[in-house]
Amino acid sequence: MNAFLPIANGETAQVLTRTKSAPQKRHSALVRLTHWLTTLAFFALLLTGGEIVLSHPRFYWGETGNVNMRPWLNLHLPSSRDTVPTGYGYVLPDQNGWSRYLHFEAAWLAVATGLLYVLWGFFSGHFRRNLLPGRFSLKELTASVKEHLRFTRPGQDETWSYNVLQRMTYLVVIFILFPLMIWTGLAMSFGFDAAFPLAVHLLGGHQTARSLHFIVTILLVLFLLLHIVMIFVAGFRSRMRAMISGTMTTGRADDVGTAASAVRRSEARPQRRATGVSP
Amino acid sequence: MTDISRRQLITTGLTVAAGASGVVVAAKLAQRHGLIPPDAGVFYGPGETLTYAAQRLLNRHAMAREFSRSQISTNPFANEVDRLGDEFTRMQAASFVDWKVVVDGMAARPATFSLAEIRSFPTTTQVTMIGCEEGWTYIAEWTGVPLSYILDRVGALPPVRYIVYRSFQSDWWESIDMADALHPQTVLAHRMNGSELPVPFGGPVRLRVPRQLGYKSLKYITRLTLTDNLKPFGKGTGGASSDAGYAWYAGI
Repeated sequence: MNAFLPIANGETAQVLTRTKSAPQKRHSALVRLTHWLTTLAFFALLLTGGEIVLSHPRFYWGETGNVNMRPWLNLHLPSSRDTVPTGYGYVLPDQNGWSRYLHFEAAWLAVATGLLYVLWGFFSGHFRRNLLPGRFSLKELTASVKEHLRFTRPGQDETWSYNVLQRMTYLVVIFILFPLMIWTGLAMSFGFDAAFPLAVHLLGGHQTARSLHFIVTILLVLFLLLHIVMIFVAGFRSRMRAMISGTMTTGRADDVGTAASAVRRSEARPQRRATGVSP
Repeated sequence: MTDISRRQLITTGLTVAAGASGVVVAAKLAQRHGLIPPDAGVFYGPGETLTYAAQRLLNRHAMAREFSRSQISTNPFANEVDRLGDEFTRMQAASFVDWKVVVDGMAARPATFSLAEIRSFPTTTQVTMIGCEEGWTYIAEWTGVPLSYILDRVGALPPVRYIVYRSFQSDWWESIDMADALHPQTVLAHRMNGSELPVPFGGPVRLRVPRQLGYKSLKYITRLTLTDNLKPFGKGTGGASSDAGYAWYAGI
């Protein structure tokens, strides 16, 4: 194994094309481990969070909110409690016991995984090298947005590095959405608020924290859907293999992906560098 | 890649041994400092233990948030109450003169207090939020006797670690640790928003534990039992809620 670290520039891509079938390192073991642990925790949190919401599918602003008060958002879903006026003639089974247990257990897993990832990311240079966008112009950014909107298949350069939009999205998810999720979640804890009342005061109240927790969930689910769509656009098998085994082979038939109509982005814009990252 | 050197083998072995003994020592320390919840043995026990231990390390002496009187909810929700039965209705008609709260277990002077006696004890007043595990909340002013006063009065014996409390509704019972039992905001509440505690909200007397969710603020209190062991009660997890699959510690 050589110490070669793939980076996004034309030369590297050329070299890789020549060494066609030799698998190259793409994602480090820590990125892969924390990625899948986060995936596991995320699905557990999403499922159990959904179950908990069903026991009161209404949202309020401020400190207080209950069935005697007007919600800003009523999901109009059936509820697992007969005290909630839903308009449905039935009550769902109560799943809150195990859902709450698992929600907090999965939250511990998510937080521990996140801490490990963030500490490693800073010290290893992962964030600086792979997530911080390099210098890019507004023109490049709008071009990238247009390409994404057309679902253009990314070229060879993006096999080895993230493009600028991707970098910005990951940074928002890692450093804004996940921390907000943890903060708004903790702010709903009576025991936590006793020790850190500012955690809930700064947000504007207990029910506001609950509403924000729900809104950020929606944003994270949108990210997840987009993430999955982009994996299919870029080539499901190669991207999955890279995140599981850590290696990526270039130029192979299955790397071309599944969508036959997709135009290769590098062919469409052969002169453009996708990321503007410097080695 | 495949051949593991002797050094790697020794290093890995030592790391595993250190990790395992670390966990054992941590568990022993946690047990000694009362950081293991009674439902630690259930399927989701590990996460529950982390939550309880972390919160107890952070909030042992912390006070639940208090609000101004202007923030008291004009439309609180009492939640539904199962039928309380004829005996309750009879006592209610007689203004609960026959209501008794038994205090037993590890006490030097076990006692039975009438509602009149409880109302004559010194009180504290708090404007705090009550929140249901379902997600809804309201704010009210609660007046009641600090549980610590009752425990003092009956002479709680040093080994006591939990207070088990029972409702007039025989299916309902809960327990709290001493961090909450001795906490100044944990009160036997008999007044709400300046009036006698209404029956739908738990009258004549309800335990308020404002640092935990509403299901720990049991309504219609009839008995307090001081104990150092929750195993003999119900299924041994420390409450009707935890016996039914809910977390015993409801600070989150």
